[in-house]
Formats: sequence, structure tokens, C-alpha cells
Amino acid sequence: MSAFDGLPGDWELVVGLEVHVELATVTKLFSASPNRFGDEPNTNIDPVTLGLPGALPVLNRQAVELAMRIGLALNCTVQPCTFHRKNYFYPDMPKAYQISQYDQPLNVDGFLALPDGTRIGIERAHMEEDTGKSTHFGGAGGRIHGSDYSLIDFNRAGVPLVEIVSRPDIRSAEQARQYVTELRAILLAVGASDAKMEEGSMRVDANVSVHKPGTEFGTRCEIKNVNSVRSIGRAIEYEARRQIDLLEGGDKVRQETRHWDEGDGRTHTLRSKEDADDYRYFLEPDLVPVAPSAEWIAEVRAALPMLPAARRARLAEAAGVAADSEAAMVVVDRGQDDYVLAVGDAGGDIGRALVHVKEAWADSPSVPAADLAKLTTMEVAGKLTATQAKTVVAELIDNDGGDAEAIAKAKGFEAMAADSLGPLVDQAIAENGDAWAKFCAGEGKAMGALVGAVMKLSQGKADGKAVTALLNSRRA
Amino acid sequence: MSDALEIAAAVRAGSLKAADVVEQHLAAIDGREPEIHAFNLVMVEQARERAAAIDAMVAAGNDPGPLAGVPVALKDNMCTRGVPTTCSSKILDGWKPPYDATIVTKLADAGAVVIGKTNLDEFAMGSSTENSAFGPTRNPHDTSRVPGGSSGGSAAAVAAGFASIGLGSDTGGSIRQPAALCGVVGVKPTYGYVSRYGLIAFASSLDQIGPLTNTVADSALMLDVIGGHDPMDSTSIPVAHPSLLDAIGEGVEGMRVGRITDLPEGADPDVLERTELAFDALRDAGAKIVDVEVPAFTFGLTAYYLIAPAEASSNLARYDGVRYGLRVEAPDTNAMYGVTRAAGFGDEVKRRVMLGTYALSAGYYDAYYGKALKVRRLIHDEFERAYQHADVLLTPASPSVAFPFGAKGDNPLAMYLCDVYTIPANLSGHPGMSVPFGTGADGLPVGVQVLAGTLCEPQMFRAAAALERAAR
Repeated sequence: MSAFDGLPGDWELVVGLEVHVELATVTKLFSASPNRFGDEPNTNIDPVTLGLPGALPVLNRQAVELAMRIGLALNCTVQPCTFHRKNYFYPDMPKAYQISQYDQPLNVDGFLALPDGTRIGIERAHMEEDTGKSTHFGGAGGRIHGSDYSLIDFNRAGVPLVEIVSRPDIRSAEQARQYVTELRAILLAVGASDAKMEEGSMRVDANVSVHKPGTEFGTRCEIKNVNSVRSIGRAIEYEARRQIDLLEGGDKVRQETRHWDEGDGRTHTLRSKEDADDYRYFLEPDLVPVAPSAEWIAEVRAALPMLPAARRARLAEAAGVAADSEAAMVVVDRGQDDYVLAVGDAGGDIGRALVHVKEAWADSPSVPAADLAKLTTMEVAGKLTATQAKTVVAELIDNDGGDAEAIAKAKGFEAMAADSLGPLVDQAIAENGDAWAKFCAGEGKAMGALVGAVMKLSQGKADGKAVTALLNSRRA
Repeated sequence: MSDALEIAAAVRAGSLKAADVVEQHLAAIDGREPEIHAFNLVMVEQARERAAAIDAMVAAGNDPGPLAGVPVALKDNMCTRGVPTTCSSKILDGWKPPYDATIVTKLADAGAVVIGKTNLDEFAMGSSTENSAFGPTRNPHDTSRVPGGSSGGSAAAVAAGFASIGLGSDTGGSIRQPAALCGVVGVKPTYGYVSRYGLIAFASSLDQIGPLTNTVADSALMLDVIGGHDPMDSTSIPVAHPSLLDAIGEGVEGMRVGRITDLPEGADPDVLERTELAFDALRDAGAKIVDVEVPAFTFGLTAYYLIAPAEASSNLARYDGVRYGLRVEAPDTNAMYGVTRAAGFGDEVKRRVMLGTYALSAGYYDAYYGKALKVRRLIHDEFERAYQHADVLLTPASPSVAFPFGAKGDNPLAMYLCDVYTIPANLSGHPGMSVPFGTGADGLPVGVQVLAGTLCEPQMFRAAAALERAAR
């Protein structure tokens, strides 16, 4: 993927992401009601959640701790902080203000490293409360305007959120996808959130602009309603092209908030800058400043687990692959890296174990590490072909483990000596003249037919790599 | 019998029935309440049931607590579970809180009998109780005059003998000024002394609950019951408070009483004269009079009328017709907000919501709200310096005695000036109280204000008790 992500001309994309995540606390940010998704509407409520007259917020210590974990995992400085009121009217906002952090957020000045090492700056990661959830009935488009009536579920109101604001350091849709994927992995690793985009516990807004490198940043638009990693890329690409079309047509980009429509694959104006609310922020008088002690911060930092990037680096080094290779990414994402390393500890080959684990299991491997270790040892010693090894792994899975050597023997798998392969290769060439001719003419696809023929002749005992090598040497 | 200390002692000793105390007060209410209108709701049946339960406790040999059988009138901005709580506003029409304010729970635990919910200026915005949506309260000393406000209902209830103790809330003087005008004791403690959980907010950083009583000792008794940290109120101070009832036994020998030399002018001569006599009384009792300066005192009123409306504009935004209280139907949600709030709020509330919204708006914040916060900090710091030289300060509580209805109705600024002496203590968070100290024009009560440093309630109460002794 190029740095410009396929943008026409020499336009450069500039993206900053604002990611809201719901914290995995037991109770809400300012009250003792459960923080639980999927319950009967309006059951996890209390006077504070409903903003009843006279009710007062009390800050949840666990929420601060989880927010600190996020900040520390994103290399932020954790600092003394305050809460403000962000005032606006909306039916699912019970107090008509949201308690949020404004000019003194908990976490500032960090960065997130993408798998390839690129650092995306983190401006801040602050705490705030979620709103209730409105559902609009009748009328068009599920919007409040024009609907017949609306129902509100306050279970979500007061759920603790952390808003993670990146600097405008992202230069491609692919980087945006990587950022969100990596951020999600970090959030899961530190146990701060279940980070499910489809359930709304992780929500992404994208600030998108385009410019020519070396000139000032362009006017940005904020894209909302991006509900999956896939649509992040689509929405950003669409929006960038829309802005470039405007600029190249001699128009200007208007600063506005736009709504991503998954159905038509376009962004639509939600409100322009002129219509933006004046939130009349002021210090929340019902709360006191929070100044996490150095001891508390050190405690939280010490309790942080190894983060995905470090785990990938550890695995990649042991397996002899790149840290941003697909296998390392996938296996760490699934939390299988400790198992792969255990195969190495049991005397197995980590590189082969990585391949088997990635392909055989979607979650936790069900075979004792020592059993897989034995298999990989046989493979490396040339006693099993890759195809045969796969079959043995399947058998190990069926039996929740077992002796790879015994299974191989029972299956009649034995190493085919390299000198016995030659005659089979020659026989296959002779029997598949057309394919041989095409292969010699440079058609890569023809290779498959020839290898397949050798496999058939050897009854699956030939090592695919050795066959390929022989075919290449015969052609040369 | 009307003093809470005496009632509680007698009820606890079994020599007086809580039921008789309640009947005595209900009889007083029957007699003059139609004229006074101190209450939005008299809780006749609940009070009788509660009194019977307390008598049963005593009969069973159990102690109902330090407020045993004491009839208490609650300002109607304090949440009472299942009992309408109106803030004297139409906007809360029909709303019954599903929970009790912390102070209501503490009163119950101490054996008090809540006798009713008292009238106030709508959402505690006013100094005469004329801004109530349910009509004004009259001053028991002269029913052609206001009782002060906004806790006018509670002050009048105590002055008229409808309740032994009233609870009020004080944002800019709303306990102390009506106490002065009704001739009772009224205390605004240090901000954070009493939990605000369940007090319907006017201006959260200024609001504080406190007692209105016949005697200084009764205020001490009440604060000993309702004071203290509440885990439900993050701004309540997490320290144990010493007993004020114990403190008032001590005299004022050697106490430094400060006179603010640059106090704003405008108090009536009769009020100034009584205040001078209060200084004399404390000097006679052994105190030393010292001069202190609080130059920013004068700017308190201006800062207050930016900060309090700003917070109010936010606190009152929740009354939108969506979840509870009044809803006036309209074609769409935004229109519903508008017509509901137009119908539900009175003029003064609307005026302050507009003032506050403006003061916080982009482009005006720095010039108004931001500057007011600086003045607030200045006042706090100047008071702190003054309290290095003086243990307490003495000022008038109100610039005048009770004034006739309508006297300031057309002029919000004249009404706002009623709180010129009380507001600075709300801005600084320091405690203050009004003590009756004789009478002024037309034989109406005059209150003298005693101010003290943060959590210096013991000294404040000692000075107040000395003034009370001198006045008798």
C-alpha cells in the first residue's frame, strides 16, 4: 500500500482519529448501577443515572484505574485532572450536560506504534460518561426529526468512556485501519474494554482532510457512524476523494460533521461548523479534582501485561519471522503466542509451530505443547512433508494430543529419500508434456500440475519443496 | 414548648409525648398557616405516624435519638421519597422523588418528625419568597411584609411556631437573610459541612444546607446531627466535625472580633446601630475588636450574579419535559422543550437562566464567568488573610428589616442588594450565621451576621451564643 493510499495526483491524506471506548467496569462512572450491555431497557438506572433533581455524581475509582491503564499503555503522561460540564439538550442526555474532561484530561502526550513501527501521536485520552440510547420510530431514516415517537434506554447513560484522541499523524486509510486494530488489541490486552465495534463499546470518528505535501493541512471534516474496521478504510477513502474532487473542481471544503452511510458508501452532511453547539464548558462543581498519586500510577504501570507489540516482537524473534508478518499478528491477536513459545520450550521448532497454530486453531490450541513439539522436530528433520504434518496435526486435534511419530507410522508416512524423487519427477514430466512445455515457457501456473502429478505418483509422500527444486533444476 | 433541645430531652426522658408535640405544632399551623403560607405541604398524617412510632420506641426503652420528637420543616427543595418536592416551581409538577436526601435520612435516624415542606422563591432564586409559583409567604411579625428568602417558608414556620426547626439552603444568603427578617437564628455552614445529596441544585458550588432555629443551641444541635461527610456527595468534607453544642458552652473571652472597615454601604441606620451594639456586647463579654480589610467584599454581588446564574443555567437545563415534571405537548421535541420551559419557569428563573447562559457563552466567558471566578478567588484569599487577624467578623445580615410586599418587585437589582452582606461567604465557602439582635424600624427584628474561617463553626457559634445572651 503506498503512502498516498492510491489518492489521485500528489494529494496527501491527513487523518486524526477520535476513538470512544466503554470501560469494562462493574458499575457506572458516577453511580453504583451495573455497567452491563444487553440488559432489559431501563433496569440499570438510579437517581444519578437519570439526572434526577438533587442527585450527585461520585467518581468510580475502577474507572480511573482502567483509564490510567489505557494512558500508560499508550505511553501517555498521567496527570492531575478535572471534570467539566459539556452542556447541550438531547432527550437521551438526562442532565442536559455530559460530565467530561476538558482542559485537564487524565492522560496526555502519548503515542501508539503501528506494527511497522510508525508512531501515531496520542494527544489525550480522557474520561467521560456515555449518554442513553435513543430509538426513533416512524418517519424516515431512524432519525429523531420526523419520527412519530422515540424510546430511550438509560442503561448506557453514565457508562464510563475513555476518548482517545490521536494527533493528525495518519497518512492512509490502511494506517487508520492498523491504528484501530492495534488500539483494540491494546485495550483488550490491558483489560480496559471489550472494545466491540458492533456493540458500540468502541466507536470511531475520523477527522479527514487532504493537502499537497509541504503545504498547510486542508480543512477537515469529521466523519461519524463508522462501525467497523472495514468501514473506517472505506469511509476515509470516500471522504478523501470527495474532498479532492471539490478542490480540483475549484471548490472549497467546508468544515462540517458528516455521517457515513454504510449502505450507499458515502458520507453526508450532518451539521456544518456554523450550526455547531456552544457547549458552555465549565468546571463540574459537583466533583473534586483527581490527582493520582505517584504510587498509584506506579502500581498500575507495574500491573500492565505485556502489550501486543512486545509480544509480537518476542514471538517473531523466536520464530525467525518479521514482527509485522501475518502469522505473528494473527497468533498474538488470538493470544496463542505463549503456546507457540511453549512448543519451543518443549524442544520443538517455533517457526513450524507458528505455522501450524495459525492454521489449525482459531483460539486456544487443544493439543499439549510437547506433542506438537515432537511433530515439528520430525518435520525439521525431514521425516515428514508439510502435507503429511498437516494430516498428523488433524489427527492430534481429533485425539486431543498424542504421539506424532506413532501417528505418522500408522499412516504409513515415511520420509522419501531425495534420490528416489528424481525418477518420479521425470515420469511426471513425461506423462504431462503440455504442462511441461508451458512451465518451460514461463507459465508459473503449470508448476502446480506437475507437482500434483509427482505427489500422486509418490502417494503423497514427496516433499513439495524438494519437488519444486527438482522441477526448476530440470528446466534450467 | 418550642426549643428543640428541650423537646428532645423531654421526649427521650418519656416526660413528653412526641404525639403531643406534633399536635401542638399542628394546632399552631391550623391557626395561622392560612395567613402565613409557610408550607407547600403539611404532612399531617406522616407526622402523626412518625410521632407515634417515636413514642413507641421510648415506651419500649429505646432512644429515638438527639432530635427525638422534634418537628422539623423542610425547605421544599430537599428530596423526600414519595412526597412531592416542588422547588415552588410549576416545572416539577407532579414529581415525587424516589429517594430521600441524605439529610432526610439523618433526620429520621435522629428521631426528628418532618412536619411539612416549606415555601421558597422558585428554585431558591430570590430574597422575599415572592417568586414562589404557589404564592408568597408572609412574615409572622408583620403579615404585610416579606419573610425574606429564599428560605422564607422555613424561617416563617419557625418564627410562627409551626416547627421547632426549619431547614433551609443558602446560596447567597437564603438562610441568613430570612432568619434576620423573621427574628430567628440561621446558619450557613462551611461549604461541604452538610451533604447536598438530595438538595435540588440552584448553584452547586455555592449551595449549602443549614438550620433555622429559635436558639443558637438548637442550630448547634441540628448541625451536629446533619453535618459530616457523605460518600454520596464528593464535595462534602471528609473530616469529623467537633460538637457545636459542646462549643457554645465556652465564652468569648479573648476572642478577636473583626470589623470590616471597607464594608459596602447601604445598610439602614437602624440595622447599623444594632450591629454596633453587637460589637459592644461582644467587647463587654471579653472579646477584642480588631479592624480588618476585605476590599473585594464589594465585588461579591457582581461576581455572584455571574457565577450563580451560570451554574443555574446548567443545573436547570434538565427540566425539559422528557422524563418527569411538567410536559407541554408540541409538534416536535425541540418545540416541546421550549413550551414546557416557558410554561414551567417563572420570570426570575428565566432571567437567571438567560444571564447564566450568556455569561458562559463562547466569546463572553472570559469577560464574565472567567472574571467572576477570579474575583471569587480574590475574595476567598482576602477572607483567609482577615481570619489571620480575627477569629470572627461581624456585619449586618440584611441591609434592612423586613420590607413590604412588592417593595422591590419591579427592580431585580434592588432585590439582589438584599444579599450584599451574605454573598461573600458563599463565594469563599466560609461559614456565616445570622443571630437576632433586638429590633429596628417598626419594631421588626434585626439580625447580626457572624462570619468565621473554614470549619471555624465552633468560634462562630461561641460568638453567636454570646450575642444571644446579650440580646435577652
